[in-house]
Amino acid sequence: MISIVDCGFGNIASVRNAFAKIGEQTSIAKTPKEIESAEKLVLPGVGNFGSAMQMIRRNALEQSLKGFVASGKPFLGICIGLQLLFEQSEESPCEKGLGVLQGNVVRFCKAEKLPQIGWNKVQAKKGTLLFEGIAKSEWFYFVNSFFAKPSDTAIVSGNAFYGERFCAAIERGNIFATQFHPEKSGVAGLKLLKNFAGVIK
Amino acid sequence: MIAKRIIPCLDCDLAVKKGRVVKGVRFNEITYAGNPAKLSEQYYLDGADEIAFLDITATVEKRQTMVEVIRKVSKKVFVPLAVGGGIKSVEDASRLFKAGADKVAINSAAVKNPNLVAELAKQFGSQAVVVSIDAKKIADNYFVFVEGGRKQTELNAINWIETVQALGAGEILLTSIDRDGTKKGFDLELLKQANAVAKVPVIASGGAGTKSDFFEALCFGEADAVLAASLFHYGKCSIIELKKFLKRKGIGVRC
Repeated sequence: MISIVDCGFGNIASVRNAFAKIGEQTSIAKTPKEIESAEKLVLPGVGNFGSAMQMIRRNALEQSLKGFVASGKPFLGICIGLQLLFEQSEESPCEKGLGVLQGNVVRFCKAEKLPQIGWNKVQAKKGTLLFEGIAKSEWFYFVNSFFAKPSDTAIVSGNAFYGERFCAAIERGNIFATQFHPEKSGVAGLKLLKNFAGVIK
Repeated sequence: MIAKRIIPCLDCDLAVKKGRVVKGVRFNEITYAGNPAKLSEQYYLDGADEIAFLDITATVEKRQTMVEVIRKVSKKVFVPLAVGGGIKSVEDASRLFKAGADKVAINSAAVKNPNLVAELAKQFGSQAVVVSIDAKKIADNYFVFVEGGRKQTELNAINWIETVQALGAGEILLTSIDRDGTKKGFDLELLKQANAVAKVPVIASGGAGTKSDFFEALCFGEADAVLAASLFHYGKCSIIELKKFLKRKGIGVRC
């Protein structure tokens, strides 16, 4: 069973519908206990880094999220859910992120228009679990003005280009995350979610 | 790089009879093209980058019916869904987001209360807020019209773009009243003026008649996306064929 974190800043319905489409049951995780007892966890998110961290802290979920990531059970962060894994973001300098991954989140500085809204091509690295069975260069849907810069570039599993090359997806052990929205990326996105559903601890 | 987007728009005139949605997507004053859930799924499978729903229902029941349509559509369509038509408050928007919408488009409500743009952006994020602008050329300037393009305001459309993007609009849906329904092509002059000031994506609307019209709007008009309604209904223009055409002409599209 895949649990989806709900603390007010994600498009939960879309993510649930996408998993349902590929035959995967989901439940909602709102409390520390529900997060800790989840078999697999998805942290979706739209909006603002600072607001999202505030919501996490207001709902006392910071420790359980960090704990889940440390547990080795499969974790998928989507959009803000990827960014929150890092130390901090230029978007909200006063709010620290979860810090489970080293690196910061920065704003696009060579883009003509922000946010980046639309389909962009992701170049996936070989041998990644999330992109298994997906074309090496595939379209996914993005909505973001910021992107993560991992200190350890080995964890970057996919790149895209928007004025500059940027990290589109990461994969390290049990931690998976995408800057794009797989639940809004048609068939390729559904395949990616299916791959995550198939990950065994 | 990012692709230019093709967005079919479904004008929904909804009524519920014995629990079923009747009427449906409106093609013109009297013809209905079908069920919004079915049509949108078809467009999704045909390569639509996003789907837009414009709620043009005249009755009071409309709000909840559109929410139900979105709830149904979001179980089958896995590209972004935008909804416009009569959204006047954060509550209206919230109901739609909970049902599965990704963006809301506001038009007259933003002119009446510009602060609504900021409120929606603050609550849901700029990326979820599209400000829809109906513009008509009067003498040398483009003016904003409201109430379904019927009532002129004093607002200069280009200045209005600057105002709403400063308030937090994430995208502009720009419709040329002069071209809408004419199938004579988009208003390229309007698009150029808009792109000179827009720092957020601009979706062109109004005037699509041929595949070349789309090419011109995306190339010469520099639009980031194109929205079209009746052209896609009844299979007159297929999205896949349109994208192949655009790709051949050097426009970056997802296909």
